[in-house]
Amino acid sequence: MKVDTVIIGAGMSGLAAGIRLSMYNKKVLIVEKHTITGGLNSYYARGKRKFDVGLHALTNFVNPDDRGKPFNKLMKQLRIPLADFKLTPQNYSLIQFPDQKLKFTNDIDFLISEISEKFPSQIDGFMNLLNHIKNFNETDLSNETVMAKDVVRNFISDKSLVEMIFCPLLIYGSAWENDMDFSQFVIMFKSIFLEGFGRPEGGVRTIIDLLLKRLGEVGGEIRFKAEVTRLITKDGKISAVEINGGEIIECDNVLSSIGLPETMKVLDAEPSYTPRPGALSFTESILITDKKPRDLGVDATIVFYNNRPEYLYQKPQTLFDKESAVVCFPNNFKYDHFQDDYEEGVLRVTNIANYDLWNQELLVSKENYKAKKELVFEQSKSILRACGLKDGYTVAFKDIFTPTTIKRYTGHFGGTVYGSIDKTRNGTTPVAGLYICGTDQGFLGIVGSMLSGISMANLHVLQGSSS
Amino acid sequence: MLSNEEVRAKVLDIIADIALDDDVSSIKDEVALRDQLDLDSMDFLDIVMELKKRHKIEVPQEDYTKLASMKSCVEYLAPKFNA
Ligand SMILES: Cc1cc2nc3c(=O)[nH]c(=O)nc-3n(C[C@H](O)[C@H](O)[C@H](O)COP(=O)(O)OP(=O)(O)OC[C@H]3O[C@@H](n4cnc5c(N)ncnc54)[C@H](O)[C@@H]3O)c2cc1C
Repeated sequence: MKVDTVIIGAGMSGLAAGIRLSMYNKKVLIVEKHTITGGLNSYYARGKRKFDVGLHALTNFVNPDDRGKPFNKLMKQLRIPLADFKLTPQNYSLIQFPDQKLKFTNDIDFLISEISEKFPSQIDGFMNLLNHIKNFNETDLSNETVMAKDVVRNFISDKSLVEMIFCPLLIYGSAWENDMDFSQFVIMFKSIFLEGFGRPEGGVRTIIDLLLKRLGEVGGEIRFKAEVTRLITKDGKISAVEINGGEIIECDNVLSSIGLPETMKVLDAEPSYTPRPGALSFTESILITDKKPRDLGVDATIVFYNNRPEYLYQKPQTLFDKESAVVCFPNNFKYDHFQDDYEEGVLRVTNIANYDLWNQELLVSKENYKAKKELVFEQSKSILRACGLKDGYTVAFKDIFTPTTIKRYTGHFGGTVYGSIDKTRNGTTPVAGLYICGTDQGFLGIVGSMLSGISMANLHVLQGSSS
Repeated sequence: MLSNEEVRAKVLDIIADIALDDDVSSIKDEVALRDQLDLDSMDFLDIVMELKKRHKIEVPQEDYTKLASMKSCVEYLAPKFNA
């Protein structure tokens, strides 16, 4: 078999890239080792209940009549009408530290007034930072790497305000511990604080279904249970991929969304460099409850909970970090008349976790691993209480995933969600014709990974062939 | 032999599909497309790709600037449509 481009991985970035290339008559094959699409952002069912993996919220919220925003541009490139997502905005989110809380909504003026009330001495600095961010071209692929905290400290002198601003941006989009590249900071700042959170009706399924439908319309093909086991090169250029240790598919280009170290691992040639896997992984407890959070005293959509003066975004020396969490209440988006599409309460508590320690537990025994998952669940109930959730609910169902779950389903080394700490911003690798898209190109999250798939397909395949 | 009017109509069809949210019926031929419509460099790539897909017309990268306005599009593309 011979195609123009093999795309490795049917996650958000691979699907978006596949649509772009198929739209322009490139023969594309997406190969996916799993049996379903979505990658880090997928879904599953237990009994009659449906669960989302990934998606707490879609960043880069747009109103139906907004123009020229990043999400509009992306969907325009894929020719998917924005209205099909049926986006509902968040109610509000909360950054909760021991001595201070900051609320934000999809309207930046709300955050501005919070900061001028709670950090009056910092508001001028914050306004200047906002200006700097608005004028910064964060997606320029030639930007140099600059540490974001150094830049932000030039504008904001209050240490705890710096920590509070970074908290949501780090946990929703940094492969690095405790800091991030300034371009990535600006991407995250705009997508979260300036544009905000929303949820498509039906959750992750809606996004995936829309992408799959579009891929079908333009004739793109996906092969499931097809794991790439070798990338075959000839004279330093990609020539074919090997599937499941046997079948060979010849191709001119490969776009790989499986991560940079993971891609280098299957390369047949001696790699000229070894990208380092990231350190950050997560556990998540999903609780299905008889009562909805609103009836238990919580109307926030997302709470960024941190119980220390500073925010430690780093690999914990314990199975998971109990002192910080992202708590998502999907019932609490701003639905018309509070009519959400869940029949029960859904509470999701995500903690930073240590992959190696979880893997050790698993090696000891399955029972042992299960017992440790119970600890995560018990802790999640305390964190929910600390976020203001009243007792008096019963848990009808629960599910807990760990870093080893992420590794098993997505193949990311170390169970990382944000991939390697070595990104390849322009998508190139030492091998001609082999390009990286998605997580390790460096645009993160759901919207980021679609942007990555689209821009790498444009830059390396479409533009490459039109000139 | 396509007239300039017909070439213009074919280009307009393409732009209408790309600038989904814009009203393309009032485009001024002399004014840069970028200044009238919500188009960025990614969208100009799409115009080039659509020309190739629908009409087998190749626009090399160094000529992208020729697509700046409707007027320059027609001047540049008419000979290619009629080649
Ligand atoms: C708990 C959690 C919460 C999240 N919350 C949010 C959120 O609220 N908002 C947000 O925007 N983002 C969120 N994210 C992040 C978001 O899910 C990811 O950034 C995004 O999905 C990455 O997409 P990708 O296409 O780059 O990579 P992936 O999704 O990892 O896609 C790679 C694909 O490649 C496949 N694959 C791997 N190895 C091979 C191989 N050898 N051969 C063939 N196929 C292979 C994998 O199975 C996978 O399908 C969350 C993630 C998690 C885990």
